[in-house]
Amino acid sequence: MDKFHSLKGIAAPLPIVNIDTDMIIPKQFLKTIKRTGLGVSLFYEMRYDNDGNLIKDFVLNTSPFDQSKILVAGDNFGCGSSREHAPWSLKDFGIRCVISTSFADIFYNNCFQNGILPIVVSPENLDQLMTAAKNQIEFNIDLPEQIIKAGNHSINFEIEEFRKERLLQGLDDIGITLGYQDKINAYEDDKKNKKPWLFKDT
Amino acid sequence: MSNQGPKTLFDKIWSEHLVGQREDGTNLLYIDRHLVHEVTSPQAFEGLKLSNRPVHRPEATIAVADHNVPTINRQNIEDPQSKIQVETLAKNTKEHGIQYFDLMDQRQGIVHIIGPEQGITQPGMTIVCGDSHTSTHGAFGALAFGIGTSEVEHVLATQTIVQNPAKNMRISVNGELPFGVNSKDLILYIIGKIGTAGGTGHVIEYAGSSIMGLSMEGRMTICNMSIEAGARAGLISPDQTTFNYIKGRPYAPGTEHWDQAVEYWSSLPSDNDANYDHEIVIDSSEIDPMVTWGTSPEDVVSVKGTVPNPSSAKTENKKKSIERSLEYMGLKPGTKITDIKLDKIFIGSCTNGRIEDLRKVASIVKDKKIASHVQAMIVPGSGLVKKQAEEEGIDIILKDAGFEWREAGCSMCLGMNPDQLKPGERCASTSNRNFEGRQGRGGRTHLMSPELAAASAITGNISDIRDFT
Repeated sequence: MDKFHSLKGIAAPLPIVNIDTDMIIPKQFLKTIKRTGLGVSLFYEMRYDNDGNLIKDFVLNTSPFDQSKILVAGDNFGCGSSREHAPWSLKDFGIRCVISTSFADIFYNNCFQNGILPIVVSPENLDQLMTAAKNQIEFNIDLPEQIIKAGNHSINFEIEEFRKERLLQGLDDIGITLGYQDKINAYEDDKKNKKPWLFKDT
Repeated sequence: MSNQGPKTLFDKIWSEHLVGQREDGTNLLYIDRHLVHEVTSPQAFEGLKLSNRPVHRPEATIAVADHNVPTINRQNIEDPQSKIQVETLAKNTKEHGIQYFDLMDQRQGIVHIIGPEQGITQPGMTIVCGDSHTSTHGAFGALAFGIGTSEVEHVLATQTIVQNPAKNMRISVNGELPFGVNSKDLILYIIGKIGTAGGTGHVIEYAGSSIMGLSMEGRMTICNMSIEAGARAGLISPDQTTFNYIKGRPYAPGTEHWDQAVEYWSSLPSDNDANYDHEIVIDSSEIDPMVTWGTSPEDVVSVKGTVPNPSSAKTENKKKSIERSLEYMGLKPGTKITDIKLDKIFIGSCTNGRIEDLRKVASIVKDKKIASHVQAMIVPGSGLVKKQAEEEGIDIILKDAGFEWREAGCSMCLGMNPDQLKPGERCASTSNRNFEGRQGRGGRTHLMSPELAAASAITGNISDIRDFT
């Protein structure tokens, strides 16, 4: 998995609440069997008109936001389905950090699986950062120090230690768990005795 | 969470499935059953291949294609991408020795319909699937939640998931449900009350006499939409209703283990004095048949109500959100919900595509005709639901009324297959999401119960089942 350490750049403001996974990547793009190539379809219905032409005033279609690596969005970002195509499309576009007041659980998890840092801030801080983003002030995200700097603002954020470590080191989660294979086997042996009906073959 | 003291249903399932703690402090939770479908699994199988990792326990996994399968002429999937996805699932499951119900198998259907139908879903289990509506299985007192594709790969490779415990929330609904009010109205009302982020970080346990009085199918509708309330999982205590439903199904415990299983299942309900991080109590007499007016499942109102006015919003953000929804939905503030004219009716989905739903619809539309300006489609949740309905003559009643009778699948709930709304079309839908573009670009979705959708099909407007004769 790609590592995440720090990030500097212009942030794109998207002041909409409840941005759901259908908005991030609509269903027609879920038919792929690959993880890549979805960036062009990110926010498809907000980004393109019915004929497939770019909608000029949508933020990610305007310079310099079309190069943003950071997104600042309204409450409850990523609600809806479990589709990992949502973080895949953000990442493929180039977004590596999303800032909001809250995230839906599955989306939040999925971000960390793909080297994307979702940051939760207070509503007051979100307002400040949204304004800073609109004014094209450079953001500086520092994961080791857990600080967002933008202009005069310096905002600390919380992140669970294991998630931070995984991002910093780009760890392979499955590889780590396979190190516990003996424990998994022992668990199964124990349950085969105690709850045999669970081991009836499907 | 301590090991001592009274426990909730969630706490009990959690501690029974803890394999251990990893060095990074995270918990490894054992997964009893893994359901797999064509859309969120190809990249997971590809990942296994790239790292040369086997599936840890293929017999704990069941696969089915449901999301993008056509509901007519299914021998030939016209969309080449959908065809590749379905073929990829068939190939991957064969390669790894995973049981797969193919499109011609009568057991094929929506993954969350067939799990319970086959008896795969059982109390006290942990169940995951790369689909957010996995919460459905919580109706059996199983801890069931949706996961992303990377986690699908993790479960295939290790039969575990890395997880930290959720918080406990209990929503109790008490009293006899008023006439015309059913499980769908109940869950829409709850989502309206706590909001789409209300359950974030929590597992919701539904309790109270209104909930426990529901059939298993009604309970599934409730747990299904837990995700729309922000919770990854919903739970309902297993009881005699649950055991009766499971007994005799193909994958249920056989007679040799039945009593042992029931004894264990009976120990699962939350202890009387268990602690909850959050508690909500609702009196069911305050609930009306509910309908959504906007583009979030929390945008919900009584069928007797009106479209809200943005100026009544408490915050600037909420006001903007209502304005955006109303513009998308093409609705004016103050419009009576029952004055909203419809173009399409969709009955189906993992929320309301079961036999009881179809029976209710049939009883309402029997000997009637759908309004001349609407197109109505009914998509059974599984091949077996379809077969059962046909044996009961339900298909004839529905076809006589003007409904299209389709093959099983997710269909227009998410419109990955050809069943979609056209821009501006307005649909009464028994599904679970009314997001912008969900049922087709520019499509306008009003979520409601099968009873309301059936009555609305006949009148052509959103209709209150209580006024319907």
